[in-house]
Order: sequence, then structure tokens, then C-alpha cells
Amino acid sequence: MVSRVHSPLFWASRSASFGALLLSAAGLWGCSSSSSGPVADPAEAFPGGETTNFFLFAGREFAQPAANLEDRTPFFTGDSLFNQSWVTAPASTTARDGLGPTFNTNSCAGCHFRDGRGRPPLEEGGTLESMLIRISLPGQGEHGGPVPDPNYGGQIQISSIPGVPFEATVRVYWEEEEGAYEDGTPYTLRRPRYEYEDLAFGPFAAGLLESGRTAPHMSGLGLLEAIPNEVLSDWADPDDADDDGISGRINMVWNETVQEMQIGRFGWKAEQPSVRQQVAGAFNGDMGITSPIFREQNCPEPQLECAAAPDGGDPEIPLENFEKVVFYSSVLAPPTRPDYEEPEVLRGREWMRDLGCTDCHKESVQTGEHPSIPEVSFQKIRPYTDLLLHDMGEGLSDERPVFGAEGREWRTPPLWGIGRVEVVNEHQFFLHDGRARGFAEAILWHGGEAEEAREAFRGLPAEERQALIRFLESL
Amino acid sequence: MKITIAAMVASGLLFAGCGSDSEGGGSSAETATLGQEAATTYSQIAYQAYSDSLETAQALDDALTALVDEPTQASQEAAKAAWLDAREPYLQTEVYRFYNGPIDNPENGPECQLNCWPMDESYVDYIEDDPDTGIINDTALPIDEETLRGKNEEGGEEFISVGYHPIEFLLWGQDNTEPAEEMPGLRPHTDYLTEGGTADNQDRRQDYLDLLGDLMIDDLQFLVDSWSPDDESNYRAGFEGGAWEDALTKMLTGMIILSGFEMAGERLQTALDNGDQEDEHSCFSDNTHRDMVQDARGIQNVWLGQYRALNSADSVDGTGIVDVVASVDPELADEITDQIEESVQLAEALRPDDSDEPFDLLISLGNTEGNAKVQALIDSLRAQEELLQEAFRRFGFSVPEPPQ
Repeated sequence: MVSRVHSPLFWASRSASFGALLLSAAGLWGCSSSSSGPVADPAEAFPGGETTNFFLFAGREFAQPAANLEDRTPFFTGDSLFNQSWVTAPASTTARDGLGPTFNTNSCAGCHFRDGRGRPPLEEGGTLESMLIRISLPGQGEHGGPVPDPNYGGQIQISSIPGVPFEATVRVYWEEEEGAYEDGTPYTLRRPRYEYEDLAFGPFAAGLLESGRTAPHMSGLGLLEAIPNEVLSDWADPDDADDDGISGRINMVWNETVQEMQIGRFGWKAEQPSVRQQVAGAFNGDMGITSPIFREQNCPEPQLECAAAPDGGDPEIPLENFEKVVFYSSVLAPPTRPDYEEPEVLRGREWMRDLGCTDCHKESVQTGEHPSIPEVSFQKIRPYTDLLLHDMGEGLSDERPVFGAEGREWRTPPLWGIGRVEVVNEHQFFLHDGRARGFAEAILWHGGEAEEAREAFRGLPAEERQALIRFLESL
Repeated sequence: MKITIAAMVASGLLFAGCGSDSEGGGSSAETATLGQEAATTYSQIAYQAYSDSLETAQALDDALTALVDEPTQASQEAAKAAWLDAREPYLQTEVYRFYNGPIDNPENGPECQLNCWPMDESYVDYIEDDPDTGIINDTALPIDEETLRGKNEEGGEEFISVGYHPIEFLLWGQDNTEPAEEMPGLRPHTDYLTEGGTADNQDRRQDYLDLLGDLMIDDLQFLVDSWSPDDESNYRAGFEGGAWEDALTKMLTGMIILSGFEMAGERLQTALDNGDQEDEHSCFSDNTHRDMVQDARGIQNVWLGQYRALNSADSVDGTGIVDVVASVDPELADEITDQIEESVQLAEALRPDDSDEPFDLLISLGNTEGNAKVQALIDSLRAQEELLQEAFRRFGFSVPEPPQ
């Protein structure tokens, strides 16, 4: 009689030497009668509900479609468009011309490698690869959004097509500061400093604000879009009426398609109301591709060569292809959690709760009806976010307002899949500008409303800090 | 709905836990014996198919060196023929992907060093609209192993600098003709002539191409070693020596994902949906139809436990996965055998020997008959994927359902 066969593959996955495929959902739990301590919930193996991806192999953990997807055809075409390099117009490959005139990268995958996460340069003084710099002037601009620099716009484009100047070369340097846990163990935190070379259109306007942005991994965006507005409103507590020290705020942002202010959900400042607009914004700002939502080339007034450059059609990505990229981006599935019932992981989960991390990194929620993708509708998901803005303190402030978000405020980023970044993208750089080298530093940067939780983390014994990190690695 | 442990567990890694009834007959002694034998046959096939890939890659490497030493139309044609020959065994190994085995485990699997696709050809060499693009024309970059391997996938998934497809591009060049002209890329051999040649940087192009052959041999040698029967600590030793259920999970997973996600989805559906030759798998050489045939045959090999080697004395014929499945569900086994055979035949029907119609013409908009051929293969591969998943479930392996 076979009782329980643990394949070597299953165990190997724990050391991340092999990773694993098709991992057990219920696994160790459910058989043992002698359980003491925190108990695993089988639903934890399904962060994306029925969409959850169980194919964990070859560093493609973020690249699989929702498991319950009926028609995968648009997914595959979207995948192709997501990976393809755009080229300068006009070109013989008309389906993929229109890059620039100025841009940061020439494909979506250039920053979201394997649908994963970007990072700052590895070397001191290195140039940008899979991150970018947002810029603006103080105050509020159109619809309450950021005020662009008159010469450079809202983002530094580090590349351009032939015959058009790129805006600048950006180099990233780091400034370190020392700290210590309560038990005396020292740590070092670092914050970025950006230097600009070859500024093509003169100096920036006075008072320029700048902020780095790494590309986040792409899991579960359609599911996040399907969280009902009412849930976010319920979670929001702008005046901290319940006096728990946490005051999540909704960022009301401009929706270009319907021409009204809506709840922001995506982006580090919750500045985009929908996956569609997020995708269109990235095409336009990061690659210089016009789309059905943003039809204007991104050429600030003094950039005459940019304005005069040939385009790749109007729009450069036509509606049908654009919608496929949006669909693709919406149905990439959160990965399962093979280690969810490991005792150390469960202990870490308890610390997440006890320290108050899950006050903002909300554990579970039910999605509502998605307007066009039934597969992500009515799913019980575990995204570890409330999609709200929180004051994260002076240490993380970029002093740069984005609609309702102030410099100190950041959207709670979803944590599902974050433990897989290391295998997919071969790094562990977290937070908006990638300053954190691993989970511990990311936690140590938390301030403002999260200061109490961070201090509690600083006070934990080393092995309990490790348990909390182990939990994050298991996501 | 209250879900049972058995239903939740699934996934092949835990067999019907906690003494609850096993769904299939997966634990019978006969099935266990066949399962162990199938893992051995599979290992033999993998070893032989990688050995054949290595042998043909060595011939390719020689042909590349000959082309570089003396660029003529004849030496270029010989190199192209060697490339086509080298693809035949290698494609049959693609079914060993998708379970973090030697080919694609995230730590040191060489899949992307060998066979990554699609590739942005302008990353490597000049293209029609841009004579100065690519590593070859960036004279600040050295042409050495560290550079070419380091550049692979740097800054984007299509930035492929090494492996079969860059060699293909450097032999054939861009396919700039209309699909209806039924021609592959038309790179002239004079691109390699350092005196009086075409394009710039012929010497760098020579070095690049020559080096690609060497790198490919190193990667294939790693795979041969990983599946070698003569090593007690290599991957094969663990694969054969571990639980047969684990081996079966891996074998079926590779078959399922290659059938559905990779072939039917990324390689066929995308190309058909876009109607664009940029999306065909071997777009420079117009060899995409052989990719499909040999990928499908690779699945059939491991299913039946048979492999026809380059040297017939090395051919393999043993217990296949079919025998394991048949021991618990003979009807399902027959259905899968038939479906896989249909996929092989439909792949061969893409471009019969007497046809000049390349894959890019089949997918062209308005080619109703060609589109239908591709669609039929997609449908068969999807049916095959479904049936293989059924086999998964028959053993109590399945993708679990979330608790309600």
C-alpha cells in the first residue's frame, strides 16, 4: 500500500536547486494528526484561485496563463507582441515598427524579462537597463497629475532612433547608511542618487523632482482589476477613523478612455485605473509606441527632431494587437506556493499577521465580475495588497506628487509571486527603485504608518526574522 | 463543494495520501515495474538523441569552419545542409524540456544557449534597413565566448546571440522575400569574404560563426553527460533511481507542455493568428515544417519507447510510457497512440516532399487551404494535450482544484 510518496522533485524545490513542476497542493498537510502550532490553509496554495499556475519550471514561473483560461489564442499572440522588439519606422516589418522617436527600451520584455521584475544597474555608476526615471515639477498638472518638465516631459528617455537625440544618460550611484537590529546585528541600507549626462535639451527646470521605477512582475493583474471598488472603499480609512495607525487612501486618477477620475490600482503610486491604460502608458512612455489610448508621440516642445520623425502608423500598435497585449497582461497567473505548509513558513506567516504587515498587505479577497475576462471573476485570491496608498515615511519619500498620492505615499505592492523573482530574474532587488537588496532591507525601509511594524521586525530574534523572510520567499 | 484530500493532493507528487483510495491502479506491481522500465527507456532515448545531436553538431561545426576558411557558395550550401541535418535529432529532444531537467533547469540548463527563439536578428548582424546593427558590427565588442554567452538574452527575451537560430541567421540571412516567392533568406556567401566581400566586418562575422559551433558542442556535451549511463551521480542516475511516479510525472509534463503550450500555442497559433513570417519558428531557413515533424516525433519516441538513431545499431526499443498507461487503461493508451500518430502525420502534411510551399506561405492571410493545414495540426496537438492530461489524472496526477 502506497501511503505517501514524496518525489525528489518536491523536496528539491525547497532548496530551489531544481524548482519543481506541478507541485502538490495539499502536500504535507492533512495527514498528520499531531499538528501543533499554526495550521496551513489549503487555499494558500492557490494565490490566484482557479487561475493559479502550477507549472513552475525553467524560470518561466510568471509566464503561464490562467489555468482556467478557455481560449488561449489571444494569450499566445499577446505573448509574442510582449516579447517582440519594436523597430524604427518605416520598416519592412510593418506590424512592429514605430519605436520611439525616444524610448527607454524596445520591448515589453526588455524590462519585464520573462514577465518578471526589473532591477537597477548592478555596478556603481551603471546605466539603466530595466528601470526608468520619472520626473516632474512641484504642484498638480492636467487632471491633477504630475507637472511635466517643459523640456523633458514626465520621464527620461535614454534612447532614441537614428537622427533624433535621446534625452539623457542616467547613472545610478548609491549612498549607504548603517543600522542595527535590536540584537545588535548590523545592516546597511542604500539609497540611489542619479546623475545625468548628455542632457540634450539644456538643464532641467528648477525644483525638478525625480523618482526611480523598476518594472514589477506581471502576476495576476486582471484579478487585481476585478477587486470591486466597494472593497477598496471599505478598506480605505483616510482619516484613520478606527485609530489603528493605518490610513489607507484611494488615489483618484484620470481615465483617458472614459474621460473621468477613477480609482487608481496600478503603478507604484496607484496612478493607473486599468490594465489597459497601464499598458498604453508603458507603450507610449517607455517604448514610444502610440496606441488607441495615447495617440500622441511623446515629444516635449523643444524636441523638434522627435516631432518631425516618421511614425509607424496611427496608432503604431493597432487596436486588435493592443487588446491582445492587454489580455495577455491580464491573465498571467500568480504561481502556486509549494512550500506553504512548511513549519518555518507558517511561523513567518504568523509574524506577518502579528506584526501588522497584513493590515495593508491584505491576505485574501474575493474578486467581483471582470467586465471582459470571466476567468478572473469571482475568484478567492491572496494578493497580499490592499491597492491603497499609505504613508511610508520620509525614508522612502520621493517628494513627488502623483494625482492624490503625496511623496511619502506608496501603493501597497502585491506580494504574490515575489518569492519567485529570484529564480526568474536572478535578483532580489525590491521597492520602487530597487534599493532593497533582499526582503530584510525592503522591510527595514518601511516607515510612516509601517514604522511600528518595522520596529517590531527589528526587535525580533534572528531566527524569527528569518521565518518571516522564509514566508516571503514562499510566495 | 467539500474537496477530498485525494482530489487536492493530485499533481503526481503525492499519491492518494493518508490511506484514502488511490484513484487509478497506479500502485499495482505490474504498473510499478513498467514505470521503472519506462524511465530507463526514456533515459536511453534521451542519451542517444543528445548523442546524435552532438554528432551532427560536430559535423556542423566542421562545415562552419570550412565556410569561414574558404567562403564559397558551395561551402555555404554545405554548412546549410549540415545545419538542417543537425536540427533533425535535436528537435526530437525538445520533449525533455519543461520539468527542470538538465536542458532547462534554471541554474545551468543550456536551453536558451542552444535553442532560444524567437530572435531579434538585428541583435546579431545587419538587417535590410540597418547596415550597422548587431554585435558583429559593434567593433567595440570582442568576439569571444564570454561576450557572446553574456550577451544572450541581455536586455530582452529576443536578444539571442548564441545557438541554432543565430547560426541559421548567419547562414541564410533575413527572409525578406514575400512568402509567395517560396524562398528562404538569401545571404550571399560573400558576406564572409574579407577581400571584395559584401557587408561590413566580414572577419568578425567569420569569428562569430566559427565560435557559435564550438559553444554548441560544449552545451550538447553537457547534456550527453547528464544522461550518460556511465555516471553514478549524474541526472540520469537520480532519474532512473528515484520513484517511478516522479519520473512519469516529468515525462508526461514535458509531453503535455510541448504539445499544447509550446507547439500548438507559441509556435503555431501565434504564427497563424498574426499571419506573419516573423512568427515562424525557423524563419531564415524556412525549415519550420521539420521543426514541427521532429518535435512531434520526439513526443512519439518517448511515448512508444522507441528511437531511431543515426546509427541503427544505437536505436532504442523498450518499454514506453504507452505500456505504463495501458496497464491501467488500455483504451486511453490506444487513443493517445492514435492521436500522437495523427499529429506526426499532420506535421508531415504541412510540407510533403513534393511541395515547395513553405510554412510562411501556409500561414499567410487568405491562404485558406494552408491555414486549414496548420489549424488541423493545432487541433490535433490540443487533443493530444487533453488526452495526456487525462493520463495524468488516471494516475492521480493532476493540476489540483482550489478548495471552495
